[in-house]
Amino acid sequence: MKKDDVVISCRNVWKLFGDQPERFLDSLNENATYQEIREQGYIAGVHNVSVDVHRGEMLVIMGLSGSGKSTLVRCMGRLHEITGGTIEIEGEDIGALDEDALINLRRQKMGMVFQSFGLLPHRTVLENVAFPLEMRGQDKHERRARAMEVIELVGLSGREEYFPRELSGGQQQRVGIARSLAIEPDIWFLDEPFSALDPLIRREMQDEFLRLQEMLGKTIVFITHDFDEALRLADRIAIMKDGAIEQCDTPDKIVLNPATEYVAKFTEEIEKARVVHAGVLAKPAKSKKIDGKAVEASATIQSLARMLVSDVRKSIPVQDSDGMLIGVMDRKEALDILLGEGA
Amino acid sequence: MIPQSRHAQIGYGLLAVAVLLTLFKPILPEGLVRLPEWHPIWSAYMDAGFSWLQNDLGLIHVTREIASWIGFLIDAAANLLYGKSRWPRLDAIPWSVIASLAAVLGYYLGGWKLSLLAGGTFTWTAMMGQWKITMETMSVIVIAAPIGFAIGLLLGIWSWKSRRVEAVLRPVLAILQTLPFYTYLLPAVIFFKVGPTAASVATIVYSIPPMILMTAVGLKKVSPEVVEAGKMSGCTRWQMLTRVYIPSARTEILVGLNQVIMLSLAMVVLTAFIGMPGLGAKLLAMMNSFKLGRSFEIGITIVLLAITLDRLSKAWVVKQPEHFEKDTPWWIKHQAWLVAAGICVFFFVLSELIPYFDEVKRKQSFSMGKEIDVAMKTFLAWGPMQAFTYYVRYIFNVWVLIPTENALLYLPTFALIAAVTGLCWLMGGAKPAIIGFTFFLLVAVLGWWDRAMLTLHSTVTATLLAMLIGMPMAIRASRSESASRRMIYICDTAQTFPSFIYLLPAIMLFGITPVTVILSILIYTMVPVVRYTIEGLRGVPAEMTEAADMSGATRSQKLWNVQLPLAMPTIAVGLNQALMFSFFMVIIAAFIGTRDLGQEMQRTMAGTELGKNFTLGFSVVLMALAFDIAINSWAERKRKLLGL
Repeated sequence: MKKDDVVISCRNVWKLFGDQPERFLDSLNENATYQEIREQGYIAGVHNVSVDVHRGEMLVIMGLSGSGKSTLVRCMGRLHEITGGTIEIEGEDIGALDEDALINLRRQKMGMVFQSFGLLPHRTVLENVAFPLEMRGQDKHERRARAMEVIELVGLSGREEYFPRELSGGQQQRVGIARSLAIEPDIWFLDEPFSALDPLIRREMQDEFLRLQEMLGKTIVFITHDFDEALRLADRIAIMKDGAIEQCDTPDKIVLNPATEYVAKFTEEIEKARVVHAGVLAKPAKSKKIDGKAVEASATIQSLARMLVSDVRKSIPVQDSDGMLIGVMDRKEALDILLGEGA
Repeated sequence: MIPQSRHAQIGYGLLAVAVLLTLFKPILPEGLVRLPEWHPIWSAYMDAGFSWLQNDLGLIHVTREIASWIGFLIDAAANLLYGKSRWPRLDAIPWSVIASLAAVLGYYLGGWKLSLLAGGTFTWTAMMGQWKITMETMSVIVIAAPIGFAIGLLLGIWSWKSRRVEAVLRPVLAILQTLPFYTYLLPAVIFFKVGPTAASVATIVYSIPPMILMTAVGLKKVSPEVVEAGKMSGCTRWQMLTRVYIPSARTEILVGLNQVIMLSLAMVVLTAFIGMPGLGAKLLAMMNSFKLGRSFEIGITIVLLAITLDRLSKAWVVKQPEHFEKDTPWWIKHQAWLVAAGICVFFFVLSELIPYFDEVKRKQSFSMGKEIDVAMKTFLAWGPMQAFTYYVRYIFNVWVLIPTENALLYLPTFALIAAVTGLCWLMGGAKPAIIGFTFFLLVAVLGWWDRAMLTLHSTVTATLLAMLIGMPMAIRASRSESASRRMIYICDTAQTFPSFIYLLPAIMLFGITPVTVILSILIYTMVPVVRYTIEGLRGVPAEMTEAADMSGATRSQKLWNVQLPLAMPTIAVGLNQALMFSFFMVIIAAFIGTRDLGQEMQRTMAGTELGKNFTLGFSVVLMALAFDIAINSWAERKRKLLGL
């Protein structure tokens, strides 16, 4: 991942709901809080957000209901017009696009999955999946072939002629996913795609989703209210509250160093050892001398538990997937994460 | 916000004013008792306006042009349905072909039962020798309903797109929905010629309002995620409308179509009054000459036709597309079309061979009009029956109708206005009160006060009686699930009958008397009363009745303290509909012979006095709308208070 290859770039994005949001924003003090804005009759759906999403990265936006996460993702696809700031997609300010250019952008580059699926009830699975292709005027045979491809990809072969109401929730969301992938988008928005599903199916769909992402390597913005889901899927997590991003970082770092009390409330309940990887704890080795067997950087502390408890070394070498040494991990620190502070 | 007690005091104060004005009537100045009958002035103004529209503006040429187009379409339909000698000059389609196609359509939409109903209805019609008049009626419906549907759909989309259009349309629709049918008919006659063309114009205008409302409701209800999914798929605006919005609003749009068809039937039957031949005209003629048997048979045909059209279109609403397994052969996928084509050919050939299947001749029909007529008249002349109808008539007339009517006519105009205002205040607060006051004042100013009071008397009396009889029935039925369902089924079926039909049983029992008027309104308005009362009572959440049971409430305690209060908002909707129905029905009953606004309206038809017709029509609209607004805001307030 090249650091400079930013696909989505949000700079000081505001989305205010109220009578005359633009005028209100102009007169607004930079540091006004959500409450202060609210007292003046406006709701800050998105509150001065700046965030970048890099190519091939999965950014999970996590927040409780009303935190503005869905609003933010809708601003990125310009389903909502933003009140202030800029959003650039691959360097192009989407706020400045005219209707045709916007439609074209969506037809070529974006896919979106919705919480309650948003399927068209009068169309079969095949017709739903082919819908975006139909909209951009692809011919019938071509779009049928492509739709069949994605239907197979999401594991719905044989159900092409079914109508949405004839499918289970999990299957309907597979249709939603297939539809969003039909045009081979570069950018993939998923708005709480698994929240409407029951827990067992949700787990299964998450696995499926990870499998798909491994194959496709899209740039993803994934919305969820479920912190566990965020930890499971994310490259980076942005935690939102009252329209603003409280913290945006990798799961390990959020769990290890919650930036605010609000974030800490989520991390408290989490078994840190399952989230934190050895690589995060690795520090440059002071001495060149490294003794014994190294652990993989991608291993979670939990998976190393037995070894951490029985090993006697003070520090343990950590290597990356190519076998290159990247540093050493303090065993006590790792044990603290595993067993809790001061154990 | 005025506190609750002060609030009520103002309402009661207004009622007290009404009482005082009544008590001191003898010493009141003339202006408070009655306003002068100003209606000739307004009528003259309106006539001048209409004549300007018609002649100076040249509207008449536009309408005549439209009329010729609609006339052309109806003639074409008439040619195919009953062989009227117009373009395309094919012969009438044999009845057996139409009946069997109806059966196939019924089967396709709803299975065997619906197939039997649809096929049976048309077979009955043919065999009873009513084919031609039924097809005359149908020829208007098959043209008017699609046009009404299309216009309603377009206006619905427009009102959904533009707030301003919606704001303009809303009051217009409210007026259209309370407009007496004579006020639809006369302008149609003047601008669009007498007969089928005017009939179809009146029918189209009458059937549009619910289509507009349903379309707008359906489009508003499309789930935001579906809309967003469409946008993210890169839909243009046109694609959004045609591929996302309209298909997603399918249910509401088809419910709108159902309404269009049913209202078309209701209106086309009434257009008998402007010389539209068909079922309505025949029924009118038969009732006029008191031929009960034939009237009864035609009544059954109209009812069957109503049920068939209603069930077919409702079946279409709920029919969901279904998928075929892979590799299903094409002739199974298109089974319905193939069967329809096959049957079509079969019956065409059959009717060539056996003329009976082409056309049932008069002598071959199964009509038993005379026999039924004799049987009915014998039954009505039977001693106990005659005594029964006599006493009912006597009691109604002497104890109910005459005293209340006299009382209402005695009231000074401003006493009634004060009373209505007070009532509206108590029900809905300031806004309905102001509207009630203004509208009734306008009625007084229009100058048809006494006749308006007679109309008001019939509607209110009939509605109250309908509640008195209907609510206990509904309460009884609501105790059991199956009885409720049966009752609602009956009401829903009855509601599809054209209003004209409701005159029939009343006339059969009581002939041409004032009691007949009240009775026909009563039967008609009972339907919504019963229906909504049951719905309201059944809709009370189970935990509430269970809580009442566990608190040791008796059945009647539970009813009065828990069920009725919670059901009240829904019952109010029923009451409102009942009142609106009775305002419509009372005008139709003019045909029996009343002395109210409807009677005057009927007279304007002969003299084509459009201005007068409008002053009368708007007197009805104003009264109906005042009640409509007050009752609705009352129901709304109750609903809020109950947190429903």
